[in-house]
Amino acid sequence: MNNIKSILIVGVGGQGTLLASRLLGNVLLCKDYDVKVSEVHGMSQRGGSVVTYVKYGDSVASPIIDLGEADIILSFEALEAARFLPYLKNGGKIIVNTQQIDPMPVVAGNMEYPENILKQISDKGVTVISADALSLAESAGSSKAVNVVLIGMLARQTDIDKQVWLDAVSSTVPQKFLELNLKAFELGYELK
Amino acid sequence: MKKLLLGNEAVARGLFEAGVRVASSYPGTPSTEITENAAKYDEIRCEWAPNEKVAAEAAAGASFAGARSFCGMKHVGLNVAADPFFTMSYIGVNGGMMLAVADDPGMHSSQNEQDSRNYAKAAKVPMLEPADSAECKEFTKIAYKISEEYDTPVVLRLTTRIAHSRSLVETEEREQLPLKEYKKQPQKNVMLPAFAKGRHVFVEQRTERLAELAETTDLNRLEMNDTSIGIIAAGDCYQYAKEALGSNASYLKLGMVYPLPVKLIKDFAARVDRLYVIEELDDFIETHCRSIGLEPIGKELFSRCGEFSQKTVRSLILGSEPDVISLDCEIPVRPPVMCCGCPHRGLFYALKKLKVYVSGDIGCYTLGASAPISMMDTCVCMGASVSALHGYNLARAGESEKKSVAVIGDSTFIHSGITGLIDIAYNATNSVVIILDNSITGMTGHQQNPTTGYNIKGDPAAAVDLEALCRAIGIENVAVCDPYDLEQTTDVIRRQLEADGPSVVISRRPCALLKYVKHNPPFKIEAEKCIGCKMCLAIGCPAISIKNGKAEIDPTQCVGCGVCKSLCKKSAICE
Repeated sequence: MNNIKSILIVGVGGQGTLLASRLLGNVLLCKDYDVKVSEVHGMSQRGGSVVTYVKYGDSVASPIIDLGEADIILSFEALEAARFLPYLKNGGKIIVNTQQIDPMPVVAGNMEYPENILKQISDKGVTVISADALSLAESAGSSKAVNVVLIGMLARQTDIDKQVWLDAVSSTVPQKFLELNLKAFELGYELK
Repeated sequence: MKKLLLGNEAVARGLFEAGVRVASSYPGTPSTEITENAAKYDEIRCEWAPNEKVAAEAAAGASFAGARSFCGMKHVGLNVAADPFFTMSYIGVNGGMMLAVADDPGMHSSQNEQDSRNYAKAAKVPMLEPADSAECKEFTKIAYKISEEYDTPVVLRLTTRIAHSRSLVETEEREQLPLKEYKKQPQKNVMLPAFAKGRHVFVEQRTERLAELAETTDLNRLEMNDTSIGIIAAGDCYQYAKEALGSNASYLKLGMVYPLPVKLIKDFAARVDRLYVIEELDDFIETHCRSIGLEPIGKELFSRCGEFSQKTVRSLILGSEPDVISLDCEIPVRPPVMCCGCPHRGLFYALKKLKVYVSGDIGCYTLGASAPISMMDTCVCMGASVSALHGYNLARAGESEKKSVAVIGDSTFIHSGITGLIDIAYNATNSVVIILDNSITGMTGHQQNPTTGYNIKGDPAAAVDLEALCRAIGIENVAVCDPYDLEQTTDVIRRQLEADGPSVVISRRPCALLKYVKHNPPFKIEAEKCIGCKMCLAIGCPAISIKNGKAEIDPTQCVGCGVCKSLCKKSAICE
């Protein structure tokens, strides 16, 4: 069972992490992997830190990704990338949206949002792939497409055919937003 | 066809394939999606009941009528449904009956961490526990077979990680079952003492037969590998052990967690060098092992609190810890908050200004306990806000009356607030009950309820008239306010506090996340007027922050509710 890949998707409740994990699940299903996707529902969804675990391989037992186990962390927000950094495997990658959303202690002025957070992470020897996914989503036509931009960035880091991803985008998003989302995917995928 | 389904969706698929006709539930994380998904099958008559007791009784009635029936709930829901549950154990079934109960180790979205396995033993009802979505579906179908063959309700126990994880499921056709014949059988179905005595004997004999089943059923499975370590586990704990230890251990994987086998466990124990029982929460399996003379390693190593993972197993059995990278700086916590435009925010701000004691309840508004609002004194269980406020005022009378309120959501009020309000009216305390009517069951993800005017399918339905209901049970003084209007809300609550006799305030405004709720354009700060006094931060809105000494509103988050505007003494917040 050593061939299992683990992708941790983190963000702030309401950012659309669940859709991203479902889309990823559909991609992996097409590739005939055994897949487990563990989601968060209920109270913690309300603007709090949210985390989804996606694991695939020949046979996946535990649905959870624990400390030091993630091959990739896909983070919808910069601070969340830092919070979940301990879950990254040695040699793992972080794909991160540079958007900053202040948590309540920062909003209330009791704490500071840490500075240069992504640089601090890369200084630890971690590969950080970052982009302003919010601006890219807006240029694709909607700020709501942040999740699909990030999926595009993730797709680039895997050895799964681009067409499989495009098919999954088509089957996951509503038809009337398809064009916008395909554009968002491309913007993420084509990033250097 | 292979599908990637949530454990809960897979249970719903199992209900469909098992030919279930009736499902009645009350939403509760992590169980809600079972009934939500069951409602997508036209062949199953699905409903949200007012509470779990009603739901379990409706399912019992459907079973009397000869249909396979279902009732789903979270762990604490079984406390509410415990009354019919214990006696349905005596009565048994006509059409098969299964209850799904979802425990929440780690309390992701719950007020306690109770272990439902104890209920199976206490009520003498068999309990199955699946370990992935495929088993969720398969065990559901097996549960109905056991239910009808052994004349018993069956409980399917889930935990958060099984209920809310997607894994692969092979779907099959629905079993076409006619309604079973209804025969009048008072000795079986009317639980008078004389009849119940006979049924109790039956229950004890049934448990013995089920214990024999536990020895031979495929639900319990041996996986023999390296025999230096032997693991007994069920559900998610089996998966954690399997991931941590792989083929370096042997497993007795239990799918039936009550009744537990004796010979099967003893035989397994004899074949391994060191025997571990890995189970979250209580020492349920371990205690059974000890009662049959075994000495497994269990709770001396594994905690009774919280949820486990493969890391727990690796670290406690193998003594290995992961390599971890972390930053040196402090990372601010990000707790859940009331959403932007949440109608509860204005209501709680008014309570803060009025400096009252707040008897709290279960729902999104429990977040009113968090900073900066911090306006909740107690929170016990569904409905307790109302009855506990009454008790508080019974004890302190004039000292606390007119200085205290209860807050309860519309769905929670219907669930179990009404009886508490009758207590207030009947036994006359000067209590003020505030019903936070946001026209939906919010926390569990927007389920309809008897006040919304729609049923589980989204079709129009009868709606409870809250004002008329309050008056009908003896509360004459009922007022309504709009929590977006801080001044009006504060005035209305103040008036009710000052009035003699019990009263109700209905704070009415739909949840801002509802699709039909139109949002206003975001508000802005006029920087030249803002003096950075931070008054607007008092409501804890995630869209407002202070940047360079001035307030700032995040236009991507703000929904234009305007609550902050009325707080600003310098009129710096504008549309």
